[in-house]
Amino acid sequence: MERIEVLKTYKIFIGGQFPRTESGRYYSLKLKNNMTVNVSLSSRKDFKNAVVSARGAFNAWSSRAAFNRGQILYRIAEMLEGRKEQFLEELKQLGYSAPKAKKEMEQCVDRLVYYAGWADKYQQLHSSVNPVATSHFNFSVPEPMGVVSIMADESTALLGLISVIAPCIVGGNTCIVLASENKPTCAITFAEVLATSDVPAGVINILTGNRKELHTHFSSHMDVNAVINSNSEKEFNKTIGENASLNVKRLFIWDKNWIDEKEQGPYFITDLQEIKTTWHPIENIGISGIKY
Amino acid sequence: MAKKEKKSLEFFTDWKYAPALESTDHIRLNKQYDLFINGKFVKPNSDKYYDTINPATEEKIARIADANAKDVDTAVKAAKTAYDKTWSKMPAKERAKYIFRIARLIQEKARELSVIETMNGGKAIRESRDIDIPLAANHFFYYAGWADKLEYAFPNRHPKSLGVAGQIIPWNFPLLMAAWKIAPALATGNTVVLKPAETTPLTCLKLAEIIQESGLPDGVVNIVTGFGPTGAAIVNHPLVNKVAFTGSTTVGKWIQKSIAGTDKKLTLELGGKAANIIFEDAPIDQAVEGIVNGIFFNQGHVCCAGSRLFVQESVADEVIHKLKNRLETLIVGDPMDKNTDIGAINSKMQLNKINEYIKIGLNDGADMYQSQCSIPKKGFFVKPTLFLNTSQSHRISQEEIFGPVLAIQTFRTIEEVIEKANNIPYGLSAGVWTDKGSRIFNMTQKLRAGVVWANTYNKFDPTSPFGGYKESGFGREGGLHGLMPYLKF
Repeated sequence: MERIEVLKTYKIFIGGQFPRTESGRYYSLKLKNNMTVNVSLSSRKDFKNAVVSARGAFNAWSSRAAFNRGQILYRIAEMLEGRKEQFLEELKQLGYSAPKAKKEMEQCVDRLVYYAGWADKYQQLHSSVNPVATSHFNFSVPEPMGVVSIMADESTALLGLISVIAPCIVGGNTCIVLASENKPTCAITFAEVLATSDVPAGVINILTGNRKELHTHFSSHMDVNAVINSNSEKEFNKTIGENASLNVKRLFIWDKNWIDEKEQGPYFITDLQEIKTTWHPIENIGISGIKY
Repeated sequence: MAKKEKKSLEFFTDWKYAPALESTDHIRLNKQYDLFINGKFVKPNSDKYYDTINPATEEKIARIADANAKDVDTAVKAAKTAYDKTWSKMPAKERAKYIFRIARLIQEKARELSVIETMNGGKAIRESRDIDIPLAANHFFYYAGWADKLEYAFPNRHPKSLGVAGQIIPWNFPLLMAAWKIAPALATGNTVVLKPAETTPLTCLKLAEIIQESGLPDGVVNIVTGFGPTGAAIVNHPLVNKVAFTGSTTVGKWIQKSIAGTDKKLTLELGGKAANIIFEDAPIDQAVEGIVNGIFFNQGHVCCAGSRLFVQESVADEVIHKLKNRLETLIVGDPMDKNTDIGAINSKMQLNKINEYIKIGLNDGADMYQSQCSIPKKGFFVKPTLFLNTSQSHRISQEEIFGPVLAIQTFRTIEEVIEKANNIPYGLSAGVWTDKGSRIFNMTQKLRAGVVWANTYNKFDPTSPFGGYKESGFGREGGLHGLMPYLKF
């Protein structure tokens, strides 16, 4: 007799844990092998829980050395590379052709490595020492915005998600990500990668569910500092923009073709950074000055 | 050990200064100002005018046009035409020269502009003369130089201008805010429709004259005066590509909401409630000067004012004693007097708001201390005010008052003060006073605010990026970072 395959229950990822949605709701997704996956239909409460864990993780994550954040991103890439076969199979079940699946996986790993490398470099490109006219030392540096809510690209299972998470967290932010509604399984398997990659709990939280239902919550929560939608949805984006004004959230519509190699760069990192300027007086004694 | 008696000076005996009034006879003002559209002063379609006054005397200075939506439409269309036909096609180095010219003209007319700024806004002439006007000129000078160097600012990104920038500015630094808005917009190749605050239009209209004199092509800068609806018409005009606003968080949120779903780019520079933190090892006398400069500069009409004072418990008695003493030496009164430290509150409305907050502070149980100085009978004035024994939950410790009112709390540990300083929706600025270098770097990393002044306060410079975290807005003004909000890549 043929062996019966053990199927996986797809959960969501909050604060380093894998709960099912507190709402108990699900939506069904038919895979290419005719099996059905019952995906968590996350609720507003799941999102709120995720914000609490993202906020809780922010201080420690943003205080890590930039070098360390780079190492952790690189570690995610290593783990992902090691589990490539599993992802290729999952992508196939979501309707990807074999070459398309292969290309997406390679790009996912490469993009993580790319941003890992930026961890301790974008600061040098975007900082400045400002030659003020008074006797002060004055410098400006980028700092993370805080908690970012992200509605990932609908058209890709993993690349769109990674292309936004990577620049977000490499800069010290923490995030809550809504996976592609029709291709959610890879995002949750990716959470398993994250859970074994030294990413501290709460830095990345991944939900599955319905964008129509959740976009209002992703944009209106008062403890979220920035909101990104990677989908050009005119109506949703108007509501997202209006809700963003409730607490002056930074808003980004990143409707990009993530397969394009050009859609990566330090500006995705610095868009999610604040610029902080510090002043300090320079004493004015010893004015005989430098002579040699 | 017996407690040493603290000495206070008596300032009401022989400490009077003779008046040193700045003369006003050299300034040129019209009785009536029209709208500056397409290089000319034109009568408003609305046919409506309102009076602008001197808040120190409540006397009328001039009649100002009140632009309606049709006027704004004319101005935006003029800006669009100027953008399409002239400004976007002009070589950047030529663009730069016009901006340099404007900077020079402001310098040439600095004295006149200072006097008008003080007459119309109520700020002490010492501040208009030494801070507002020179900084405004420097701002134009700084950004003029960027115009033909943008490729170096953003290598490989091919920066391009946006089009028409709609800009709305507040009444606390009228000409300086106009410079902060117009200079980077022009340097990056955009054209401008700017609305000054309703109470302080005069220096912006003088700037319009300067712009005329500079020969800047018609329509590149348009200045429309008016109230809220004029601003709303700018924000909502379909040909406006960029909105830049400095003002209250309430209005900023309304603007952000209004442009939701459009492609308009937005910069917001909104309110603040800055923590000014005094550690026990701080140079106390300098810190006291910093506290005074933090909250009483420009009558406290400063979004980045150090309006929440945190003093470490071990030095609180000494700091507050010295602060009270210092308060008594502040000269409150005629802003045109060169000795004056604190001038007039900008408007009756703002005076009422400040007095309302003083009542709220008293009702909430905080202890008030005010300078014993006398204030003029006419005009809008408030005595410099301290509130002692306030806590985080007091409204005067949470809400922006925008006046010379300081809420004072004490703290014991560095953790406690970081927590309290950050626990507020605002994040514009902060001050730190300590002799310890490592503590300054610790604090500047932990404080969630766009500008941190360490052992100094309320310093500004065209090269220094300024702007907020959280509900204090987004985008930066000043420096290389201040170019970004006016460019697309």
